Amino acid sequence: MTLLAVNGLHKSFGGVVAARDVTFTVARGEMFAIIGPNGAGKSTVFNMVGGQLEPDRGQMLLDGQDITHASPQKRFRRGVGRTFQVAQTFLSMSAAENVQMALISCYRQSNGLWSPARDRHREKALELLSRVGMAEAADVPCSALAYGDVKRVELAIALAGQPKLLLMDEPTAGMAPRERAALMDLTASIAESQGIGVLFTEHDMDVVFGHAARVLVLLRGQIIASGTPDEVRQDEQVRRAYLGDEHALERPKGMSPA
Amino acid sequence: MDPAFLAVQALSGLSSASSLFITACGLTIVFGVTRIVNFAHGSLYMIGAYTAATLVPRLLELSFGPVTFWAGILASALIVGVIGVIIEVLLLRRIYGAPELFQLLATFGVVLVVQDLVVQVFGPQDILGPRAPGLRAPVEILGRRFPSYELVLIAAGPIVLGLVWLLLRKTRFGVLVRAATQDRDMVASLGVNQALLFTGTLFLGAFLAGLGGALQIPRVSANTGMDLSIIAEAFVVTVVGGMGSVPGAFLAALIIGQLQAFGILIFPKSTLVVVFLLMAVVLAIRPYGFFGRAEVIGGTHAVGIASRTPLPGRSLILLVVVAILAAFPLVADAYLLKVATEILIFALFAFSLQLLIGVGGIVSFGHAAFFGLGAYGAALAVKWYGVSMEAALPLGLALAALGAALVGAFVVRLSGIYLAMMTLAAAQILYAVAFQWVEVTGGDNGIVGVWPSPWAGGPVPYYLLTAALTVVTVLLLKRIIDAPFGYSLRAARDSEARAEAIGLKVRQHRWLAFTIAGAAAGLAGGIYAFSRGSVDPSLLGISTSVDALTMLLLGGIQTVMGPLVGAAVLHALRDWIMPLTSLWRLLLGLSIIAMVLIFPRGLVGTVRDRWEARA
Amino acid sequence: MTTPLLEVWNLCASYGRAQVLFDLTFRLHQGEVLALVGRNGAGKTTTLKAIMGLVSASAKQATFKGKSLAGLPTYKIARLGLGYVPEDRRIFTDLTVEENLETGRRPAPAGRSPWTPERLFRLFPNLAEMRGRRGNQMSGGEQQMLTIARTLMGNPDAILLDEPSEGIAPVIVQMMAEAIRAMKAEGVAVLLSEQNWAFAAGISDRACVIERGEIRFQGSMDELMADEALRAETLGV
Repeated sequence: MTLLAVNGLHKSFGGVVAARDVTFTVARGEMFAIIGPNGAGKSTVFNMVGGQLEPDRGQMLLDGQDITHASPQKRFRRGVGRTFQVAQTFLSMSAAENVQMALISCYRQSNGLWSPARDRHREKALELLSRVGMAEAADVPCSALAYGDVKRVELAIALAGQPKLLLMDEPTAGMAPRERAALMDLTASIAESQGIGVLFTEHDMDVVFGHAARVLVLLRGQIIASGTPDEVRQDEQVRRAYLGDEHALERPKGMSPA
Repeated sequence: MDPAFLAVQALSGLSSASSLFITACGLTIVFGVTRIVNFAHGSLYMIGAYTAATLVPRLLELSFGPVTFWAGILASALIVGVIGVIIEVLLLRRIYGAPELFQLLATFGVVLVVQDLVVQVFGPQDILGPRAPGLRAPVEILGRRFPSYELVLIAAGPIVLGLVWLLLRKTRFGVLVRAATQDRDMVASLGVNQALLFTGTLFLGAFLAGLGGALQIPRVSANTGMDLSIIAEAFVVTVVGGMGSVPGAFLAALIIGQLQAFGILIFPKSTLVVVFLLMAVVLAIRPYGFFGRAEVIGGTHAVGIASRTPLPGRSLILLVVVAILAAFPLVADAYLLKVATEILIFALFAFSLQLLIGVGGIVSFGHAAFFGLGAYGAALAVKWYGVSMEAALPLGLALAALGAALVGAFVVRLSGIYLAMMTLAAAQILYAVAFQWVEVTGGDNGIVGVWPSPWAGGPVPYYLLTAALTVVTVLLLKRIIDAPFGYSLRAARDSEARAEAIGLKVRQHRWLAFTIAGAAAGLAGGIYAFSRGSVDPSLLGISTSVDALTMLLLGGIQTVMGPLVGAAVLHALRDWIMPLTSLWRLLLGLSIIAMVLIFPRGLVGTVRDRWEARA
Repeated sequence: MTTPLLEVWNLCASYGRAQVLFDLTFRLHQGEVLALVGRNGAGKTTTLKAIMGLVSASAKQATFKGKSLAGLPTYKIARLGLGYVPEDRRIFTDLTVEENLETGRRPAPAGRSPWTPERLFRLFPNLAEMRGRRGNQMSGGEQQMLTIARTLMGNPDAILLDEPSEGIAPVIVQMMAEAIRAMKAEGVAVLLSEQNWAFAAGISDRACVIERGEIRFQGSMDELMADEALRAETLGV
């Protein structure tokens, strides 16, 4: 069942095309990875889906509703949650307050001027934290948590909005090798149990091939392959894209620089 | 209209544009490389004027002639350049990485220090410089007389532009300065000693400020108010032109010169208003000025207040504080009560600013605007409509809230240094209105006869009224800070991207915060007006804004209650020390600088850290 | 082997609390090309930045020509003779080609003929035709040549070269390879961070395979070429 349908997305900066006719779909409960070398357009596509960038052309449907021109705030209300490449949390607040903040926004109480924020939705926040294994650290200031734990808190924040679609920009970047698989296992189990579609970019191929159901490969803004991890791994074009154009150096010594 | 009159107006517009450009050019070059908005640039300009006005006549006594005159001007500018180097080495290079609020405050500290030093060195009286030899006779332009020195000034702007252009284009220093303006780290990676480059840049910037000031001596006498009046205009020029852009500054100076020359025909009372309105319009359309770039500007943002577990006996503490405040009149005399009343008023004022800076990360440099609006609102209501204090205070508050809502609508689109400049500009517009709209506001003299209702008259009742209003408002604001709204502000301050991703409407929240903070400042201003019985434009001035910022800094930006303590300490010190010395501003300036350099967490913050470290 | 030009041991670095480098130890000798290879995000770029003092290394122990780099500001590291070409090129786009070269100029050590714009234009003929052009009007490949030329203007003994082939047309990559060989011929050592395996393999003497911030393999390029299993696992080649 299709959750997110991205159709013919196009974006250029100045004369440089960062995304060209990008089309794909993500289903409920599916882990979907976008990969490609640096500068291939992953972030561009990702930020267009997240609402940080406006596409030049194309369309995005979430659950059949057009979200192409929706602001990040509106996308949140429609059911898009996200995590960032460098975890974005509220460092002046405790882990629980971070999640409470997301719940407060979710229930449209962010303009409340009277009763204290620290008492609102605390139970629900603790429940979300325990789901990512962070219940014990609920009252620790976010600024005092280890980075891997901050990433988990961020996941709990993203889940607080009861998303249908979860966007994760390089979810394991900056984490110690051991923590990576654990975080992705956790994400996968939550996604599956709640039917959340997960769209993520990733550099760590173990994470991609170990956790994605489908993989999309971008090169210079264009899709060069998509399919199951095995299909993508076998793809000749992908091998070249990732490992460089071997033909570039066919005659290493015979050609003068002209 | 008479074409000759128009021509002369246009020419005088060009000559003030030239003067303005020469000064602003230095400011923008320094900003481009160091990313510091140097408040003290106006002080360097003033030193240039004083130095030239003192030096040039002595040189002319030795040998009278144009060469001596111009050599004296140049020498004055060089001396100012050296002073700029001293400031860079002693202060600026220590704060390149500091939050921009601290940078602005520290350089404002230099402004205060220089103000007192100038009086010490050059004496309190204004100094009129000599007229330029060979340029004493006016020239005729379409039948009207026009000072020939002004024509030289008109030429000076483009000449300086040309020389600066040559310096930046044709010398290695210039190439490196332009490279560093774009990417400082990369320049360092190429083996360039940044420290030296920055010092050189400060020399150039200070030299230009000094030159700008020295060139003024035949036109205006050197006076102690020049620093703040030129810095306000120079800020507008650099911001409108785009911070760091020399051609932008030239274009902006040209436009502003003409606006001033012809604005006088439209708004004879307030040319400043026209200038700042231009800035407001330009920033509303182009948030980075004509040629500015969208980029990370200034230092890192100050970290504000963080969540803490509530103190166990806080209701008890509150009760004790209220009891002490209530019992104070039993032991204090009228003078002490007056001091205490003012402390309470400024505590409320500083606390309202804390909502913006400490909670919201919105570095407002013009919070006096709302304090002054509240004071003027109340005073005008009394003067023109004869209303009582009970009605005037809410009216003042409402006027301040309205003003804040209007200004807020502009500034929440901006960030960092541009936001600070825009709020400063807003305050300066109001200052200019209060100063120049004499029929309504009484101009420089202000409005007198603003007395409280009989029941609140007298030191004790008015003190009690002030204490009650302050305590209630502070508690209300504290409530707001702890409520979801305050948390949302902090969320947007900590991570704007995350705040948006969880659906928070960041701009809307910031706008509301601006309005609430403005209203609270307005209440403080209204109470202040009735406590003194009068208002005057200085309530809206830069110094009042900086007072509030200093209280915040002194108390500690990372603490909720810091501003209250900061207000008490600063006001008490001022009351105690000011009568003892004529160098109060020097002391205050040095204290601000010292706090930024060695004590950035403030009194409450430092005490709390010690206490927590021990626990 | 002679004493190493650049020696790095137990290098660790973090971004905030995220540790990205774990105890890297390697050496670079004079006139040698050492490739740091590994996947995107493995920590290659951070390694170069940490050596230059551009990211704070938690435990930097590095010497260059026998002098410790610990605690030195970036410009002093550069002045020792260590050039740096960042991955995102970072030419000064408001400056012309000639002005960009000027920013990099430093005197050559005694007894070595300095790099001049003219010599560099012979190495990169494309640049010669656009000496007055501003950086923002150049293509990616031209910008890349310019950053290398700019760094050579400092007459370095060694260059840290970050992803020179990235996003660049094959013909330019070819020229880049020529340039690196020319530098090597001049006795300049190159520490290359590279994703493009074929490119790295074509010009490097030795290689370090970096994976998740750790060194997985260190040895000659020939050894790495021979070890297909390792390459498949760590580089996917």
